[in-house]
Amino acid sequence: MSSSPERRDARFDVPPAGPGPDAEPARRNGHRPVTAPAARPPAPADEPDTSADEPATSTHEPVARTDEPATSTHEPVARTDEPATSTHGPVARTDEQAAPADAAPGVTDGSGATTTGRPVAKKAVAKKAVAKKAVAKKAVAKKAVDQAAPRPAVTGHAPDDAAPAGPAVADRPGDHWDRRVAQGLAFLRRRLSGDYEVDEFGFDPDLTDAVFHPLVRLLYRDWFRTEVGGLEHVPADGAGLVVGNHSGTVALDALILSTAVHDRHPAHRYLRLLGADLVFRMPVVSELARKTGGTVACNPDAERLLGNGELVGVFPEGFKGVGKLYADRYKLQRFGRGGFVSAALRTGTPIVPVAIVGGEEIYPMLADIKPLARLLKLPYFPVTPTFPWLGPLGMVPLPSKWLIEFCPPIPTAHLRDSADDPLVVFNLADQVRETIQQTLHKLLERRPDPFGP
Amino acid sequence: MTPGGTPGAPGVVVVTGVGRFLGANVAARLAADPRIERVIGVDPAPPNPELADLLTDVELVRLDLDSLGGLLIDLDVDAVVHLALVTAPDQQQGGRAAMKEQNVIGTMQLLAACQRAPRLRRLVVRSSTAAYGVSFRDPAVFTEETEPREVPRGGFGRDILDIEGYVRGFRRRRPDVTATVLRFAPFIGYTADTTLTRYFAQPVVPTIFGRDPRLQFLHIDDALTVLHRAVAEEHPGTFNVAGPGVLSLSQAIRRAGRVAVPVLEPGLAGVAAIARSLGFGRYGLDQVDLFVHGRVVDTSRLEREFGFTPRSTAAAFDDFVRAHHGGVVVTRDQLAAAEQLVLESIRQVRSTVRERP
Repeated sequence: MSSSPERRDARFDVPPAGPGPDAEPARRNGHRPVTAPAARPPAPADEPDTSADEPATSTHEPVARTDEPATSTHEPVARTDEPATSTHGPVARTDEQAAPADAAPGVTDGSGATTTGRPVAKKAVAKKAVAKKAVAKKAVAKKAVDQAAPRPAVTGHAPDDAAPAGPAVADRPGDHWDRRVAQGLAFLRRRLSGDYEVDEFGFDPDLTDAVFHPLVRLLYRDWFRTEVGGLEHVPADGAGLVVGNHSGTVALDALILSTAVHDRHPAHRYLRLLGADLVFRMPVVSELARKTGGTVACNPDAERLLGNGELVGVFPEGFKGVGKLYADRYKLQRFGRGGFVSAALRTGTPIVPVAIVGGEEIYPMLADIKPLARLLKLPYFPVTPTFPWLGPLGMVPLPSKWLIEFCPPIPTAHLRDSADDPLVVFNLADQVRETIQQTLHKLLERRPDPFGP
Repeated sequence: MTPGGTPGAPGVVVVTGVGRFLGANVAARLAADPRIERVIGVDPAPPNPELADLLTDVELVRLDLDSLGGLLIDLDVDAVVHLALVTAPDQQQGGRAAMKEQNVIGTMQLLAACQRAPRLRRLVVRSSTAAYGVSFRDPAVFTEETEPREVPRGGFGRDILDIEGYVRGFRRRRPDVTATVLRFAPFIGYTADTTLTRYFAQPVVPTIFGRDPRLQFLHIDDALTVLHRAVAEEHPGTFNVAGPGVLSLSQAIRRAGRVAVPVLEPGLAGVAAIARSLGFGRYGLDQVDLFVHGRVVDTSRLEREFGFTPRSTAAAFDDFVRAHHGGVVVTRDQLAAAEQLVLESIRQVRSTVRERP
């Protein structure tokens, strides 16, 4: 019990088979009761096993889908249900308890996104497990109804819920599979009829929530096991300029950072990334960059976004950072002309430095074939242990361990008039650079093994 | 200055390009305004017969722009509205050479005539958001101050840059004349008939692979309102005129119920040129560039100065879609029905599977 708030607050570990930071592993946990039931006394039949296991899922599923912003409110629900499961075994208990607690922050907003994006995959699972799910579904439906009722009542009903479960009554408004399918179809219909909003930069929140974030989430959570810290330094509303170190040959760190901010920040903010013009030269890539909230890194766009109160992400190193050799890993490159600082100063926006560890190992760049790069008009042509030797397989990033740490914001409101003063701009840029570099060293000490758990 | 403040509407107004849709409609609006005494329509060609009804109250003069000088002086003209621009080359009327002649040389001659007209107080020039050019380093949203980073490849874009350059020169030489330059987004609406409306009216719409440009449209009625007010009131300066909000091209095509066919970009300009010379469509580099880069402008200056907000891009486009429902491939209702059908069948399958054991 006592360990759970700590885990949630600080940063999440993802145990290999345990529940993840949000909806998906929690749900998957329900379908694959491998670790938890092992600690249990042998179940007499399949049915009790499901009922004992599913409530763990069902309890936090409705919790997850209520659109309450506060995390703390979910906890009592998760806890009150504990008694039902905990009787089976203490080993299972700690794990399951961490699940709803951890799940809550990630899912509250992601729900619309996660659910709509995956109806197809879900359907397949659904068909396989229909018989088994019938009982659980009832429980889910009941739970969803119970949500409306006063909280203490849940404790009383929790054990009862599983008992009168009958397969015949499962298809109800509370049936979350049904809702998921309906949401998925509604999403498709919206997309096909063009019934969505795009902002002046081309940002398409509907698509970003439903497709982009769920895809990057797989990388960010399951592949890179990202730990995020210092999120309290990211403003919950109003403008903010997040400045990070760039790395990794392919700029995956920008995508991971935006999903991390969206998933883990209590306000679920979208990070509006500023990209090099090369990104916007390339077909497909440019389209995706705009739709997921990116725009060209130039002062008019940065100031416009900040003026609209958006959270803007920028990597001042640019290609110097992404295309550096593995030998130079975690050595911050030059910060250019400090255009990002003057944009922040003009709008009086706080600068939030962020250090990202893990990006350097995903495609360790051993050499840069400059003539080839010049031929292809690229800033560099990487040679990694797998690329170009293994062809498309070389595109798979190595599963390094990622740590992301946001540093305390640097206020700039008092320097508004100095936006054109090069001394102020360079000093501030240096301060940001130093902060990131020191935080990188700290994080690296905490992560002795780049490919550790 | 306060929106709507009219320190004397002009008495005599000359409108160029009344032989075309925009000119005829603007002339008709001005003629209907009791504050304006005389509206004189100038066009070298006789107006389109469909537009003749509009022009009953307009005095028509068949005149080339190079002989305009005498007319401006003789009739004591107070205001000139220059709308005689050609947006796309027309093979029947001399192609690109004639288009440039009309746009650039025509504007030069008009401005020269205006410079020598002593009573002239107001000049309104139609421009286009194409004035911002296209570049991959462009900011996402253009304000009136944004300088074009690269000269556009398309003929119309180049012409617009030239025209605005001449107007800047005119402003220097005649500071007493209120010059208003209106940078219009592409027109759309129930009645508009432009290269772009014809493009969206096709059932199958070619797009460029891997690009989904952000587009802005202006409802033709709002364009007329802004032009009218620019003549009747005093609004010096350059203004972006576009419907607020943005539609991406794919979204617009879907809203129109059309089907997009992505085409590879390399060599597309050449293909478009060949198609044009064979008489299919009038797409040129202007359109290709627009469909690669998109174009979004900031309209806050217009809203501040005119106190007028055009209807949104999406609303203007919906109005266009209502007028062109003939070529619709998939309608919204069909999609909604399909959604219901699929949902119902999934529910049915699930309930039967569930009841079996």
